[in-house]
Amino acid sequence: MVAAVINDTDLRRRAWEAASQVVDPEIPVLTIADLGVLREVEVHDGRVEVAITPTYSGCPAMNMIALEIELALERAGIARPKVRTVLSPAWTTDWMSEDGRNKLRAYGIAPPQASNSRRALFGEQQVACPQCGSQNTELLSEFGSTSCKALWRCKACREPFDYFKCH
Amino acid sequence: MIVANIAVSETPLVLYTLRRADDALVLGHRLSEWCGHAPMMEEDMALANMGLDLLGQARELYSYAAKVEGRDNDEDKFAYLRDVRQYRNLLLLEQPNGDFARTMVRQFFYATFADLYWRAMMRSTDATLAAIAAKSEKESAYHVRHTSEWIVRLGDGTEESHARAQAAIDELWAFTGEMFAVDDSERGLIDAGIAIDPAPLRSQWLKTITGVVSEATLALPKNDWMQQGGRSGRHSEHLGHLLSELQSMPRTFPGATW
Repeated sequence: MVAAVINDTDLRRRAWEAASQVVDPEIPVLTIADLGVLREVEVHDGRVEVAITPTYSGCPAMNMIALEIELALERAGIARPKVRTVLSPAWTTDWMSEDGRNKLRAYGIAPPQASNSRRALFGEQQVACPQCGSQNTELLSEFGSTSCKALWRCKACREPFDYFKCH
Repeated sequence: MIVANIAVSETPLVLYTLRRADDALVLGHRLSEWCGHAPMMEEDMALANMGLDLLGQARELYSYAAKVEGRDNDEDKFAYLRDVRQYRNLLLLEQPNGDFARTMVRQFFYATFADLYWRAMMRSTDATLAAIAAKSEKESAYHVRHTSEWIVRLGDGTEESHARAQAAIDELWAFTGEMFAVDDSERGLIDAGIAIDPAPLRSQWLKTITGVVSEATLALPKNDWMQQGGRSGRHSEHLGHLLSELQSMPRTFPGATW
């Protein structure tokens, strides 16, 4: 019995490690752990179950992410893993790790602002350019190349850039 | 080859969930018709993005309806194997795209309503509906902001854009009353704390709509006669055409996968 519990803990840890390496297919510098999409890993009767949460209801990357997790776990020697989707609590950019925010910025995407409150959502936005750091920027389009991004432009260095929206 | 429609046991909760799912699917499909045709690239992406949000909401709702119904149905069967009379969406949402102003006004009327509705539904005693609402609410907030900006830009723009935006408001206004209507089937769910009573949301909706419309130098019609029917399957001629395109593949090649 005790051995079984230890085995489960070990299995859970190995499964989390493998799953947390999976990257977002549309923003490959971020892992699903950085994003907060990876919610939990459980072991039921020796079988691993991974819970993920969608960023947006219609996010087309979710099927791909689920498949990638299964493959990553199989590669780590974990047989027949199961991936399920949880909706509650709803995903928020507040869950994005500090490391994730830095990686996004280095990749050329402005990270989401700190709070997802409705005031932050509708108040005046100040988004710093990820290239030159200037605050002198403007919104070009509320919706960008993926559901989670908006299109901005820096008025100082003239570079257009993606902004990962508060959510 | 004739592919039969599915039968649906429309218990109050199944019907309630299907109505919201049909709203999201039909409007999402309308937005997808703009793909590659919008007046500019940014807007093409914006419309597709909003359509994708709606499609995601529809999938969650259909899957839940299937679970509650407990028969052999699933999200695809609900979407592809029901005919016009079995669809339960609001008439507003099946209206053709028309010009860009008309699409924006339709979206603005609905998104402003949906945003209030989802926020209220987050307090539903039904955990799944509350979770779907919490997800959808964040998405609708962006739709409200985006469409509000366009209403102002079009109304307070050129003579041409003003006239088109005003015509869209005049044409679509009669379809807005249905959003706030409740029938006996929903009344029981509302009393149980599962469904949301839309009637109390109307004053806030009207306040937001009036604010944006007047900032846009546009006006709401005085006429308050409202058209209904979608919730009970009595649709305008437009839905049949929409469904024939939406369903053509699964009706032509039943069970096809790729």
